[in-house]
Amino acid sequence: MRRFSELYWQLDGTTSTTEKVAALKDYFAAVPPEDAACGLTVLCGAKQLRAVPLKLLREWAAEAAGLPLWLLEECYAHVGDLAETLALVLPETFSAEPQAGEQPAADSFSLSQCLAETVRGLKGRSDAAKRKVVEATWRRLAPRERIVWHKLLTGGCRVGVSRTLVARALSELSGLEPAVIAERMMAASIETAEDFQQLISPEPTAADGLRPYPFFLASPLEAEPEALGEVADWLAEWKWDGMRAEIVRRAAGVTIWSRGEERMTDAFPEIVAAAEQLPPGTVLDGELLAARPDCLLPFAMLSRRASRKRVNKKLLADIPAVFVAYDLLEAAGADLRAQPLSQRRHQLLDLLPVAFDRPPEPRGGGASSADCPESEGQLFHSPLVVGRSWEELRQLRAEARRRGVEGLMLKRVGSPYAHGRPRGDWWKWKIEPLEIDAVLHYAQAGHGRRAGLHTDYTLGVWDGDELVTVAKAYSGLSDKELIEVDKIIRATTVQRHGPVRVVEPTLVFQLAFENVSRSTRHKSGIAVRFPRIQRWRRDKQPRDAATLADLEALLTQAAGRAHHEGTKDTKKSSS
Amino acid sequence: MPDLLTVTPNGLFCATGNFYIDPWRRVPRAVITHAHADHARPGSDRYLCAASGKHVLRTRMGSTAVIDTLRYGEPTTINGVTVSLHPAGHLLGAAQVRVSHRGETWVVTGDYKLQADSTCEPFEPVRCNVFVTESTFGLPVYRWPDPAAVAAEINAWWQANAAAGRTSVLLAYALGKAQRLAALLEPTIGPIYAHGAVMKLVEAYRASGVRLPAIDRVPPRSRRVGGGKGLVIAPPSAAGTSWLNRFGETATAMASGWMLLRGVRRRRALAKGFILSDHVDYPDLMRAVELSGAGRVLVTHGFSDVVARLLRERGLAADVLQTRFVGESTPDDTDSDDDEAGP
Repeated sequence: MRRFSELYWQLDGTTSTTEKVAALKDYFAAVPPEDAACGLTVLCGAKQLRAVPLKLLREWAAEAAGLPLWLLEECYAHVGDLAETLALVLPETFSAEPQAGEQPAADSFSLSQCLAETVRGLKGRSDAAKRKVVEATWRRLAPRERIVWHKLLTGGCRVGVSRTLVARALSELSGLEPAVIAERMMAASIETAEDFQQLISPEPTAADGLRPYPFFLASPLEAEPEALGEVADWLAEWKWDGMRAEIVRRAAGVTIWSRGEERMTDAFPEIVAAAEQLPPGTVLDGELLAARPDCLLPFAMLSRRASRKRVNKKLLADIPAVFVAYDLLEAAGADLRAQPLSQRRHQLLDLLPVAFDRPPEPRGGGASSADCPESEGQLFHSPLVVGRSWEELRQLRAEARRRGVEGLMLKRVGSPYAHGRPRGDWWKWKIEPLEIDAVLHYAQAGHGRRAGLHTDYTLGVWDGDELVTVAKAYSGLSDKELIEVDKIIRATTVQRHGPVRVVEPTLVFQLAFENVSRSTRHKSGIAVRFPRIQRWRRDKQPRDAATLADLEALLTQAAGRAHHEGTKDTKKSSS
Repeated sequence: MPDLLTVTPNGLFCATGNFYIDPWRRVPRAVITHAHADHARPGSDRYLCAASGKHVLRTRMGSTAVIDTLRYGEPTTINGVTVSLHPAGHLLGAAQVRVSHRGETWVVTGDYKLQADSTCEPFEPVRCNVFVTESTFGLPVYRWPDPAAVAAEINAWWQANAAAGRTSVLLAYALGKAQRLAALLEPTIGPIYAHGAVMKLVEAYRASGVRLPAIDRVPPRSRRVGGGKGLVIAPPSAAGTSWLNRFGETATAMASGWMLLRGVRRRRALAKGFILSDHVDYPDLMRAVELSGAGRVLVTHGFSDVVARLLRERGLAADVLQTRFVGESTPDDTDSDDDEAGP
């Protein structure tokens, strides 16, 4: 536990990836393989068990610290991290002697042992028994170790390292390619000492045959497309509002990888079944979409599918998925990435049917199925959006919101499939978001880097003289503005409900979002998709902010759109 | 009987004595607890401060300000009200103001700490009926480590940077913290430099008789001052400015009570934070309240509502006193005491 806690604080104390990798490598080299496996699982953010209810943990800690519970809650609201709060208020050393049978504090308390005895071992035990273990562990650990242990105990141990960094460290340790390590890490869960030894073994393993290629990511187009030169040098496609994914079909089977390099294979069995029909040695880059034969379904439904480890028949029927391929990276086992896009696309067209039987037409609120995938099959290629001039493409892009897509992708005809996000060949030309000015109504302190600062905002619009909430938004302000806004929030608080402050309506923010729909989530009866704060409108008075009528007008404009209909449909069918 | 001290638009006011304590507007007569910008504002007709704080206050209020002084513990009478100043331990010349009239005694702490600090007089508990206390760090999460241990940590950090040829940049409030830190540094490690805003106050401290190690002003347009072995004390507002470019490769750390929180350290993108504050932590705040013997406590800047509630639960008459003092302010202020910082 001491060694893992040290690693945690080393990783926390640096922003340098080189130093992080070095710290990880040292850790994995120093600890026994069973601890390495445990550490790896925690570092990679595996879903953790909440061994003790937070409420009880707070009560026990308050009592141990001799504080009333409300004071502990105030501390938590200020610190923004429960594990840290508890460690900061607990006595540094407990005056009580270790009770009979308790282990004395020692280095020998390994991570695997600690997890087994004080976290997983608590499952199913009585609250009194849990409390005994918790108090004994407090006595055993130093304050800094307690923070890390609290995080393990409450299932919230997230460390500032990516899987890529962990893979790099293990690669340095083992001499294997990072991609091989990453693939093996994703292919199987690493739980035991044997798992870990397999992971860094030079011998090939079963998982090695399903390795994906790194994704080529497009950059946002900030200038006008005319700056890109001749329109004839570019291919345009719709930017689908789904999940980017790679399908790897090799002799060993089929794997679906997310952009975060997580396996999504189990969540999309119908896609896997379809991909099994592809010739071995085929890799596709594309977009997963939730779609019925007659319409595209909203993104939220796709995430419901993707979040399941196993999908049942009902979910498969309610939310069918399709895969629309943008690119072909491997055919007949040959890596095509160096070829120009036009050639890759040519082969893709031979492999898969087009997602639409004719170029999509704007739908004027009708239920035309023209721009929806065919009812038959799960794998398609993404059609080109053809414009003879940038102006024509600009007009097509303007239809994006009505079509339920995010805008256009522009790819240079001759571009190879690069990795990472090199600028120049691939651009995403997204539609401008919708915008309103909204008033800050509630604020709450943030967590992590924003702990102690009121950075979670709930915004409202005017319904007569009353503010009705419409969205919760976090990002968009600079650190400096966040600090300034925090001060105003503190000074204009009129009421407090626990950590939530009700503030006087004085702050106006420009809120951007992609879409509007009816919802019971907010008091306004309207929910906005992907809300974010664009800027602080210091020039506006709260009275000048948007009204509920303004939002209703946006809703009317949006009515009949694919997304909105999809939502209604599903509600009907699932109720 | 009306309160001896009340909050008015001009500041904390003693109506009977017709004087203000740390007023935030210009007034005829201002009693000053200490020279930080939120407590000492220029423009009043007459100031009264502790004798040892005169040089520092002069630096802040300008050469034309009229400054009267009192030795610690020496009483004076203002319009029939007895006033005396007592060490607050916050910084050089910082005072608690004792105000006494017709058998009732109030003590206004200003900012204070109970920890050891070789650059100022130690806090002196003063018995009173009403204790007006700050609460900048008035949450139980704030418990300061031993300053000697923090000093050892700072020197070890400096030593490691010097060995690697990196200049150490230590961010700290220009007045008080900077001088306290300077006194904690181990001058054999390398040369010590100070930002102009810090240097001015180093000189005021020296003029007041405080012993500090040799500190040089940062020479203009220099590169790698001290050959990468030096340590530069600068106000927090210097962080991220081009002023720091002149030092070549640097390691930056900050010394503040807020450094206790991981979130604050991360937000400021500081790899290193030293927990050192000139304010009382929670246990010392509770101790100071007890030592005052006061039955009534008024809590100002900081976690005032929390501390007042807690004291009420412990059987004291406690309330929040709304003032415009900011103490060590929020965790994110670059410097509450920064109005004249700048290269």
